[in-house]
Amino acid sequence: MITVNDIHKSFGKVHAVRGVSFAAPDGKITGLLGPNGAGKSTTLRILYTVLNPDRGTAVIDGADVVTDSLLARTKIGALPHGAGLYPHLTARENVAYYARLCGLDKAEIDDRVAEIVGMLDIEDFADRRTKGFSQGQRTKVSLARALVHDPQNIILDEPTNGLDVMATRSLRRLILKLKDDGRCVLFSSHVMQEVAALCDDICIIANGQVAIDDSIDGIRQRTGEDDLEEAFVAAIQMVGNAEEDK
Amino acid sequence: MRTIIAVFLKEIIDNIRDRRTVASALLMGPIFGPVMFAFVINLSIDRALDDAESPMELAVIGSEHAPNLMRFLESRNIDIVDGPEDVDGAADAVKTGTHDVILVVPDDFAEQLSDTVPARIELYSDEANSQGDKESRRARNALYAYNNQLSAMRLSARGVNPVLLRPLNIDEIDVSTPSGRSAMLLGMMSYFFIFALLMGGMYLAIDTTAGERERGSLEPLLSLPVTRGQLIVGKILATCVFMAASLLLSLISFYVVLKFMPLEQLGMTPNFGPPVVAAAFFLLLPFVLLGAALMTLVASFTKSYKEAQTWLSVVLIAPTLPILVVSILTLRPKLEFMFIPSLSQHLILVDMVKNEPLNGLHIAISVCSTLVIGAVLTWACARLYRREGLLG
Repeated sequence: MITVNDIHKSFGKVHAVRGVSFAAPDGKITGLLGPNGAGKSTTLRILYTVLNPDRGTAVIDGADVVTDSLLARTKIGALPHGAGLYPHLTARENVAYYARLCGLDKAEIDDRVAEIVGMLDIEDFADRRTKGFSQGQRTKVSLARALVHDPQNIILDEPTNGLDVMATRSLRRLILKLKDDGRCVLFSSHVMQEVAALCDDICIIANGQVAIDDSIDGIRQRTGEDDLEEAFVAAIQMVGNAEEDK
Repeated sequence: MRTIIAVFLKEIIDNIRDRRTVASALLMGPIFGPVMFAFVINLSIDRALDDAESPMELAVIGSEHAPNLMRFLESRNIDIVDGPEDVDGAADAVKTGTHDVILVVPDDFAEQLSDTVPARIELYSDEANSQGDKESRRARNALYAYNNQLSAMRLSARGVNPVLLRPLNIDEIDVSTPSGRSAMLLGMMSYFFIFALLMGGMYLAIDTTAGERERGSLEPLLSLPVTRGQLIVGKILATCVFMAASLLLSLISFYVVLKFMPLEQLGMTPNFGPPVVAAAFFLLLPFVLLGAALMTLVASFTKSYKEAQTWLSVVLIAPTLPILVVSILTLRPKLEFMFIPSLSQHLILVDMVKNEPLNGLHIAISVCSTLVIGAVLTWACARLYRREGLLG
């Protein structure tokens, strides 16, 4: 369960996140949707404690990401945007390294890595060095190492970027499986269709603010648009109009 | 601790598989130093042998006017060859380098000599030409010797003891020992060790910081339930191991090279046996922590692999500066110097190679101050990693 409460973040003069609040409950997939530069990544980076918010709080299963960031990190598995692997290590070694860093017992590590390698369907290339892996293979390995410590909350920043249809499909199946296990999945995207196909709740962000936070049907109703893409555009325009009113 | 070990082991394995890192650590440093050293030593051996009375050629114009002088020169292993046709060509021949030195004996040389007027003789040389320097010096010395011989003969002929012309008897006594003489040349080898040491960890320092960021593996790493301090300490320790390995290899390769160098010909017997190799390793070991932390710190500030490479090549040169200053000013080891890393190791190492008694206090200060600075730099790295600006 991830709760975000009015977080702000500026980089110099750029006010990237301006009071974002939402909640991502367990057993559901929450989508963070917005155009490029809307503040999605910054929000997620605050959640996986790489950045500190200027204001506001975010809590992961009771652990505050600022005051208790080490505990918060035990509860999340993060797949940052464009996450890289170690090219001289095999896929399995990449995953095992994270398992060791997460404090898994020596005896546990091999079993756990084998399990996750099976779950993500990466056996075929698990013992090859990751140099020269395709984008799809890389994403799978990155995801495997993010999940190796069995986190309750999973944060994925644009995971389907650069993936082909087959890879996207298998990733979707995996995300659904995580949801069925009762985990909290939070993932960002700038593609409406993708979010619609997966998410229970959608939080549309534009210009560093939440435009709409609702279910798919709720968004359709509130924007008065049946077509999802139109609804997306309408929601973003709502933020723009509100800005102008100020 | 477990985390530090995990990071440490991963960086070691990861980098052992990287050919460039291994090449620079285990080949480049340990081979570059000794090869360069062997080259320089060979050059000075050649020069030293040249200085001895090997035959040299001297172009002479008008040799027929001074047959005795020619015999005298030949007795000093100087072969007389014919110079240019006339005196006017002499200056040109020296200028263009056809001859390094030309001796001109004027027609009236013999006449002046027998009249006991100072007999004019001309020696053409080009002072700007360092190659000809040695030849002209030798020719001049031979002429002075002939001059002295003649004056002695003249005095004797008039019943005066030629010793009267030598009020002083200057005897130069060189107190340097063969080990001591080696230290001057071998002084530069302490820099090679420091260079090899730093080179050994350079690519690791880059790969674990700027490289990690560039390939996008830093952000997921930082999102794991480990503290950033643990990560950086593990990385610095891995860099230390590569640096220590490179240092050890370069010490051993120097030992091997020195065994095969004909240093006795230069009057040198450096004290560089296995015990000194081992002592030098432990003397330089504290510098490993300093070097690893310094390189990691500098690389952490950079945005990319290339930028880190540029900055770290500056770090490679930095330790030479104190050594250079002290060598130019030829300062003796002093207590204050022992607080300066690289300089203190250099001075102590020179004493070791000279086989001089070592000052325990100096060694203690060198080890402690280097370790303290290394620890401070490590702490600075940990601080830097806590900043979020690290991700760039």
